[in-house]
Amino acid sequence: MPEPLLTLAGVHTHIGQYHILQGVDLAVPRGELTMLLGRNGAGKTTALRTILGLWKASSGSIRFDQAEIAARETPDIASMGIAYVPETMGIFAGLSVKDNLVLAARESALDEARLENVFRFFPALRKFWFLPAGLLSGGQKQMLSISRAMIEPRKLVLIDEPTKGLAPAIINNLIEALKELKQTDTTILMVEQNFHAARSLGDGVAVMDSGRIVHTGRMADLAADEALQTRLLGLSLDVHQ
Amino acid sequence: MTQPSDDQGPLPQARIDTIPLLILAGVVIVAFFLIGSASTWVTLTIAGVAMGLLIFIMASGLTLVFGLMDVMNFAHGLFIAIGAYVGVSTMKAFSSAAGSESFLENLGALAPTLLGAVVVAGLIGAFFERVIIRPVYGQHLKQILITTGGMIVAEQLIHVIWGPDLLPLPRPETLRGSFLVGDVAIEKFRLVAVVVGLSVFAAMMLVLNRTKIGLLIRAGVENKEMVEAMGYRVRRLFVWVFIVGSALAGLGGALWGMYQENVTVHIGAQMMVLIFIVIIIGGLGSVGGCFVGALLVGLVANYVGYLSPKVALGSNILLMMIVLFWRPQGLYPVNRQ
Repeated sequence: MPEPLLTLAGVHTHIGQYHILQGVDLAVPRGELTMLLGRNGAGKTTALRTILGLWKASSGSIRFDQAEIAARETPDIASMGIAYVPETMGIFAGLSVKDNLVLAARESALDEARLENVFRFFPALRKFWFLPAGLLSGGQKQMLSISRAMIEPRKLVLIDEPTKGLAPAIINNLIEALKELKQTDTTILMVEQNFHAARSLGDGVAVMDSGRIVHTGRMADLAADEALQTRLLGLSLDVHQ
Repeated sequence: MTQPSDDQGPLPQARIDTIPLLILAGVVIVAFFLIGSASTWVTLTIAGVAMGLLIFIMASGLTLVFGLMDVMNFAHGLFIAIGAYVGVSTMKAFSSAAGSESFLENLGALAPTLLGAVVVAGLIGAFFERVIIRPVYGQHLKQILITTGGMIVAEQLIHVIWGPDLLPLPRPETLRGSFLVGDVAIEKFRLVAVVVGLSVFAAMMLVLNRTKIGLLIRAGVENKEMVEAMGYRVRRLFVWVFIVGSALAGLGGALWGMYQENVTVHIGAQMMVLIFIVIIIGGLGSVGGCFVGALLVGLVANYVGYLSPKVALGSNILLMMIVLFWRPQGLYPVNRQ
């Protein structure tokens, strides 16, 4: 097992009066894709947002690349090499596809080779290059959202349900793009409900329930154990494809 | 830079929403038939455009301030008043150049007057953001209360420094009066207002559309959280937007003072009603919407003031109601998340 790039220890998060994360312990190994699974309302999205500082942990430790980040501001955390693909995609609708990627490139100009790589997986983005991103279809917006995470080298990418509401053909495209991203030694922590995507991509898996991690292991082991799936997630994941 | 390929059929085009522009044109055309006299119509149209552009200068910063950080700054009128009063003092200091018959010497009075208004309003804006606004980020009720209180305190300070009386702010000599084109009288200063207003609009559009800072501002207005998640400090950006917005309000205040040729302490508070109308009908956070909204407000105020003076006072409120019934988010709504 590679050493963890990201470690959460006893992380609690409150949103208003609600106690969402109730002592999350999680280690995300460097260079792997860890799937974060769980029922709706288990706290998966809150976990990603807490890592990035969008919601502050009320207690506990979050260590990224050997630095404590729980108390840092979101821009500082992101600048350490973390990209975020939210469930809502978070694209800037009034900006062109190009400008969305220019902003994602932060300090530098767009890298030509990386851009060609993005276009290889998502040719629609080349076609709509100068078009406002708000005019793209749902699938194209998701392509853009993931492309923003691919346009610069990142140490860690946090992805929240990238396949939600997308057509199967587009999901296959996304899976291929994320496999390519894995090849670049990028560590990925991904929330996913689509088991086909989860099984295709996941190296490790962590299952959340009621604001805690209740299972960690290898994705292949969980995929092969129907009884474990039913116990942890309430149903067999094959039914859920 | 990679260009889009043309081997996949014609590229789709972004559609520009032209309806608000057509309405603007429609207002101008309808006014022509209602007024009946071409020369009066030209005079009123130029006056309306000049007034609209001056309101745009004052309002553009406020719409970005609200769009970027959800800050409700009811004290924006303070920067207008500061600009106007600094204009009074500077113009007085350069009164001999302002009174000269030479256009170049007049420019030597006008430039420091406008520059002084911009710099002082910008500096006070920086102080105001740090001391008054920053402690109440994200708290709308407190923002309304403290900025309104700040405005009252600032007006009293202006009383102390410049006195309570109405002060003259004369235009430089060569910018006074009108010139005739056929039988149409065009006030020279209105043309100055048009030139400055269009220059400010062009510069803003250039920055917003062609620079990375501009992209960040536009992105921040849409989705501040995502911009921060990409590693950018929106608060730092906001401080600069606030300072530039205050400086532009100061510039607008000095020009508006010269437009009216006098200044009172209430100049800012009086303009705030029109400014709020403009940024609401334009779409909160939209500079383009603010521009079209300001022109609509300026033109309607002048046309209705001529056609039916009794209705003039309420004409812009009525305009706002009509626009909001049609488009509740304003003429050019920003897709805010």
